[in-house]
Amino acid sequence: MMRLALWLLGALLLGGIVHLATVLLLPSLASQDAYARVSAIAPVNAIIPVPPPTPENEVMPFMDPAFAISVCRYDLSRGSLKFSVPIGQAYTSVSFYTRGDVAYYAINDRAAGRRTIELDLMTAAQRADLPENEDITRADRLIVTSPTTTGLIVIRALTPEAGWIPGARNTLAAARCRQ
Amino acid sequence: MQLLFGAMLALAVAATVGLGTTWIALTRGTAYGGVTIGAWTAWPKSGTAGIDPYARAMVARTGELPVGSGDGVAFYAWTDNAGEALDGRCDVLLSGITPQARFWTLTLYDPEGHLVANSVRRQGFTSQEIIRKSDGSFDIIVGPRVRPGNWLPTGGVEKYQLVLRLYDTPVGMSTRSESEAPMPSIKKGTCQ
Repeated sequence: MMRLALWLLGALLLGGIVHLATVLLLPSLASQDAYARVSAIAPVNAIIPVPPPTPENEVMPFMDPAFAISVCRYDLSRGSLKFSVPIGQAYTSVSFYTRGDVAYYAINDRAAGRRTIELDLMTAAQRADLPENEDITRADRLIVTSPTTTGLIVIRALTPEAGWIPGARNTLAAARCRQ
Repeated sequence: MQLLFGAMLALAVAATVGLGTTWIALTRGTAYGGVTIGAWTAWPKSGTAGIDPYARAMVARTGELPVGSGDGVAFYAWTDNAGEALDGRCDVLLSGITPQARFWTLTLYDPEGHLVANSVRRQGFTSQEIIRKSDGSFDIIVGPRVRPGNWLPTGGVEKYQLVLRLYDTPVGMSTRSESEAPMPSIKKGTCQ
């Protein structure tokens, strides 16, 4: 009896380890995560419109149907990236996700405080390599540091009513994401 | 022989316990740091680099992109205020006001996060579309049959969830109580 209890105790401990290991490993093993789903439609370092979600067809689950969405799947391995999007009449936001779908930075039109959201995206190493004085002249430019070399930039423009869709699409079409 | 039996039993129990708890944790939404107001729960930290491992694993499993904290916050409801699961064959009344935000959207999804097909092709409301009462509050009827006013069709599905997303809002990690963030109540009505 005592022996069985010991075996069970050991089993529970091992079960706990299995639980923690699976939870921690799952993000790196998932083959159908958002990055993989977007990769199927988006080339590297270019803005691509994401089709609006419908009950029959969607790129990802939990998409907000009230928004027009474009993505830029970025790869910083060959240098930093310049990103810009004009601000239209409706709410516009830009969210940055790592390769592992972690939302590490997001900015909206009001926080940007200008007619365009304009920024430089680079890795920590590329930022460290920036010449000192260039850093100063660029002080008016927003620099975003990506924790991973690849990732996603998602631009969302609100379409509160159907009539807003063309305007939102125009805003998104004017977005730029290039090296 | 006894040793072999013990080891087999222990491994079987370990696998069941380990994988079972992972499955439950990821399907029931048990991430840390949830803000629960009435029937609604949000995980504001999931929209930041400080996202906890459970929420990360959940996001990887579903394949969604969480709303970034500089963008907004998403509140989820699977049950009504009485704790009963939302059933698409019943009428459900959402009423009240929403927390301070530039605007909000309400969307109906099936349990896996897919939009639900219905005859009028309506999957949700935005704060600009809603018909309000004179005091600024609103009623939304979520149900299978056509209703006057703000009707959100369920398509008659058995189970669904509601997601209320607040954009450009002060609601976030420091929000704790209903007085800071008044969310609409969810009440069950008649069933088919």
